[in-house]
Amino acid sequence: MRYSGLKVFTEGLLGNRGWKPVWRDPAPKASYDAVIIGGGGHGLATAYYLAKNHGLTNIAVLEKGYLGSGNIGRNTTIVRANYFLPGNSEFYSHSMKLWEGLEADLNYNVMHSQRGLINLFHSDGQRDAFARRGNAMINQGDDAILLDRDGVRELLPYLDFDNTRFPIYGGLLHPRGGTARHDAVAWGYARAADRRGVDLIQNCEVTGIDIANGRVTGVQTTRGAIRAAKVGMVVAGRSSQVAAMAGLRLPIESHILQAFVTEGLKPVIDHVISFGMGHFYISQSDKGGLVFGGDLDFYASYAARGNLPMVEHVMEAGMTLMPMIGRARVLRSWGGIMDMTPDGSPIIDKTPIDGLFIDAGWNYGGFKAVPASGFCMAHLMATGTSHPVAARFKLNRFATGHILDEEGTGSQHNLH
Amino acid sequence: MRLTCPFCGPRDRREFHYYGAADYLNRPGPEAAASAWDDYLHNRDNPAGVTQDLWYHEQGCAAWLKVTRNTVTHEILAVDAVAGGAA
Repeated sequence: MRYSGLKVFTEGLLGNRGWKPVWRDPAPKASYDAVIIGGGGHGLATAYYLAKNHGLTNIAVLEKGYLGSGNIGRNTTIVRANYFLPGNSEFYSHSMKLWEGLEADLNYNVMHSQRGLINLFHSDGQRDAFARRGNAMINQGDDAILLDRDGVRELLPYLDFDNTRFPIYGGLLHPRGGTARHDAVAWGYARAADRRGVDLIQNCEVTGIDIANGRVTGVQTTRGAIRAAKVGMVVAGRSSQVAAMAGLRLPIESHILQAFVTEGLKPVIDHVISFGMGHFYISQSDKGGLVFGGDLDFYASYAARGNLPMVEHVMEAGMTLMPMIGRARVLRSWGGIMDMTPDGSPIIDKTPIDGLFIDAGWNYGGFKAVPASGFCMAHLMATGTSHPVAARFKLNRFATGHILDEEGTGSQHNLH
Repeated sequence: MRLTCPFCGPRDRREFHYYGAADYLNRPGPEAAASAWDDYLHNRDNPAGVTQDLWYHEQGCAAWLKVTRNTVTHEILAVDAVAGGAA
């Protein structure tokens, strides 16, 4: 069923009785050309681009829960291409271009809203660094505008500009940055992959990875064994557990990142604002809730919930930046499991086992990467070579020293 | 979350700085292969369950502590001082 304005109109007249489930619920077959472990955003996007770009349709996505039940269903929805380092810059730029065509490509409303992202700075040194970052973004073909204090004040008059510790000197505006409806991204990719013949298999947990003579031959699951010559591991925070089934030990430590949503309010915050010095960022959802978060709790965890010190810290940072939100009531908070690499950059690569591929290490920035991650992982699985824009996301870069340390803080697990 | 420092007693999580997995205690010798250093610095078991990691009692007695805890429940099972051979 193709969505269109006419379809919505006629269904409205007919009592909305004509809508059907948008993907099948197939039982796993005994064998596929390729299987993808993980039915989140990255896994579903990988399946979609394998089918669309490479014509591989005898493939399956294996999801232990329901589709989009992980971080794609719970995040702060920011889409941006404001990276600096070669290796990251071209990748996120590619992702932004895919985002801009995504709704037409998927025939699905992912509510992509390029409302503009503003990174605030608070010192001369930080201004210089942001000017340099903006130039790198422009050189990459993306957009960036360095705003002075008055420029920020014009867009965001409600900020506290005269905070003693972090007076606002200006901001780097990334007009094409913005947000998207997170689970619509999962649903859109799922529906589009299903329409191309991909089997999306839910409630199917992978319990083992079969390897013979250094080659992957399939997986064991809670719904039986499945043969496949190619297997992609796309499981975010659980990457270490899945890779361990293949005897691999990854450069990943899983951490908690908390985020928060307030009750719905009238439109008040038109952009995405990040206050890096305070560890705080915020936007307003189309439903009206203020969606905000901060930094990691900073200890390894799979609890999917955080501790109070970081809750307090985020609230304090929010009040420091924009005291006007003090009366908004927080509706809920949650903690996601982040697959943190030592340098803060991802991995899309082969593994030492033939036919076994990995897409992991998205740290706290996986959402905006979903289209390009799927695109590049599909390219890698289909062709056996890295896509040029993801060529530096190597699994062994920590051993070889080719790290991608965007923050410039070092290559160590407790630094990002 | 609270950690019971062996010197100071139960203290709030805010007093402690997390350093990383207890793998950091197993520093390779100077002659070790590059792969041993890669393992030491980067590669982790990253278990969902009981793990051991290093915490620094930054706003307390400044002791380095080896904490045994559950990463799924946040339960703290043991806190030992690194110095003095409790490892």
